Amino acid sequence: MKLNGAQIVCESLVREGVQVVFGYPGGTVINLYDALPQYNLRHVLTRHEQGAAHAADGYARATGQVGVCIATSGPGATNLVTGIATAHMDSSPIIAITGQVGTAFIGKDAFQEVDVTGITLPITKHNYLVTNINDLPRVMKEAFYIARTGRPGPVLIDIAKDVQQAEIEFEYPEKVDLPGYRPTIRGHERQIRQAAQMINRAERPLILCGHGVILSGAQVELRELAEKAHIPVITTLEGIGGFPRTHPLCLGMSGMHGEAYANYAVQSADLLIAIGMRFSDRVTGKVRSFARAAKIIHIDVDPAEIGKNVPVDLPVVGDVRHVLQSLNPQVEPAEHGDWLAQIETWRVESARRDILNRETDALIAPYVIRQIWHATQGQALMVSDVGQNQMWEAQYYLHDKYRGLITSGGLGTMGFALPAAIGAQVGRPDEEVWVTVGDGGIQMNIQELATVVQEKLPLKIAILNNGYLGMVRQWQQLFFGKRYSGTPISGPDYVKLAEAYGLTGLRVTNKADVVPALQRARQINGPVLIEFQVVGEENVYPMVPAGGSISEMLRRPLEEEEMV
Amino acid sequence: MKKTLIALMEDKPGVLDRVASLFRRRNFNIESLSVGHSETPGISRMTLVVDCQDEAQEEQVVKQFHKLIEVLKVTEADKVDSALYRELALIKVAANLDTRSHIIQLVDVFRAQVLDVSPTSMTIEVTGTEDKVDALVELLRPFGIKELARTGRVAMLRGNGK
Repeated sequence: MKLNGAQIVCESLVREGVQVVFGYPGGTVINLYDALPQYNLRHVLTRHEQGAAHAADGYARATGQVGVCIATSGPGATNLVTGIATAHMDSSPIIAITGQVGTAFIGKDAFQEVDVTGITLPITKHNYLVTNINDLPRVMKEAFYIARTGRPGPVLIDIAKDVQQAEIEFEYPEKVDLPGYRPTIRGHERQIRQAAQMINRAERPLILCGHGVILSGAQVELRELAEKAHIPVITTLEGIGGFPRTHPLCLGMSGMHGEAYANYAVQSADLLIAIGMRFSDRVTGKVRSFARAAKIIHIDVDPAEIGKNVPVDLPVVGDVRHVLQSLNPQVEPAEHGDWLAQIETWRVESARRDILNRETDALIAPYVIRQIWHATQGQALMVSDVGQNQMWEAQYYLHDKYRGLITSGGLGTMGFALPAAIGAQVGRPDEEVWVTVGDGGIQMNIQELATVVQEKLPLKIAILNNGYLGMVRQWQQLFFGKRYSGTPISGPDYVKLAEAYGLTGLRVTNKADVVPALQRARQINGPVLIEFQVVGEENVYPMVPAGGSISEMLRRPLEEEEMV
Repeated sequence: MKKTLIALMEDKPGVLDRVASLFRRRNFNIESLSVGHSETPGISRMTLVVDCQDEAQEEQVVKQFHKLIEVLKVTEADKVDSALYRELALIKVAANLDTRSHIIQLVDVFRAQVLDVSPTSMTIEVTGTEDKVDALVELLRPFGIKELARTGRVAMLRGNGK
């Protein structure tokens, strides 16, 4: 079968099981766009290449499949960069295909030429510049293999325009030959045996569930481990959805804005079982005072994560699901009643400071999030942005569902939520997908509202409008003498804006109107944007000041303290 | 502490770029780097001397290095007892009728070679450990070193070690 380079790309995508690509056409991908309609591939036109990269990422996180985005050379390629870096930090498998100027023009500063393989070197798992048509089938095969195996991540393929035009007899390789890339999947048996012994001996064990649990599909195995050995589970932000939040053993999130009782548990545990997580500074706070009483078992597929941030007593390198499958039978059933009772007293103490337990008629963002949880019975696929809205979502939407939350954790990319939700909804068309986003983040990629409408995606978009870049404002309030420099932000009339784009727009200014608005939004068979005008200067608590120990949290003042 | 790493990698465009980029972004300090063909066509061999803060950083360097797809093997030469280290230097030193014979004496002592002689200079090739090269450079310095080119360390394990 004789195919040109553009057709080879499409044919390879189909063979890799790709059904949808997110992209934006341009001069050096015009051949690729010419070939696309010949194949069974849905193309979603975003309004900016950044949106295409986030959408591919959102699609990957929602489905577990590789997400694909396409952009032209030069500005198209550079616009992908934030999206690629976001996927890289959160180990999300995406393939970014970019056009490059013709081989003869490379290095000549040609029109729309940019060294995108050079630019994306530090933010991809691997990348390719294809200047020879004969390399293209192999590169396509390798790229998918690298993106989805081991620790997943983004792979960029930069394809010169003349390569897209050239023709060869197409043959797709059946296997990859990558002698320098052999991810360890099965954990070392002796290490696993030791891990089981440590777990069996522990009195105050604690599991830290990270994104790796979700990426490897180990939610069943994790639950088995936790229930069998009676071990409480904390999730990182990216680990939310790896263990049911309403499970009696779940303590929610720990770290900078984690539950206080979760942080106390970390600091008091005698054994931490870190599973598919990387000890981000948002989780550990000051490393030297992190989990001082605990031995640490670290299970991760990436050997370079072992000992990177935190010294580890027992590493187990391997795919989380495989490791847990070997580990669980060696773990003995146990009861840790005293330990859980201790955590329960901390939990009760924490509840006194919960903002939802405060009597107030004011419209606050945590209330909105909790009502979305009630309305959707915890079954929505939530896509949150970055900042206060993200932390409140993580705290007040109780995620029981596997792959139930998509959010930019590592890079903390504002503007992520709307385009990522587009990808998520495309990937899971029958599910209810909600976006929670601040008035800052929505304005960063607001152009994608047009994509939502063009693709007829029934997204429900909740804008938590507090008139500030809230998280920075919170820092300014707490640490910079309330000098709100650069953080007050205005925005459009969101209801009019929604209507202008062709969505239903709703506005909520009173606490009492929240539930009816959510009900109405859910009844509308199409995209809805709801602006919640929430209290401006509300803070996310608890909070561990940057660089501080996680035992030293700023707590929400109690009512009686506020009176003073 | 300086650590010597021997790496085998696929000889593909951009591989050196990947190594350099990795070391820069992870804040690892490269003391010297030397790369060339290995015994296998298509496989390059690199010797790196890295200045590490501690054991933990050394471990990170090796692991991060391994993550590069084109890197096939990384050996920590310091972890075996018997690695051979060599460096080559070309030294252009000022020399005239009066000093030439002094310099040649030093060259002989160091088993170095004179590659080129001009009325005002001599170019010397020396091979050896860094210490040996350093010693010759220091002895030649009083004569006036005009140019110095050093290759950086190359390393190989003794015997059948690979």
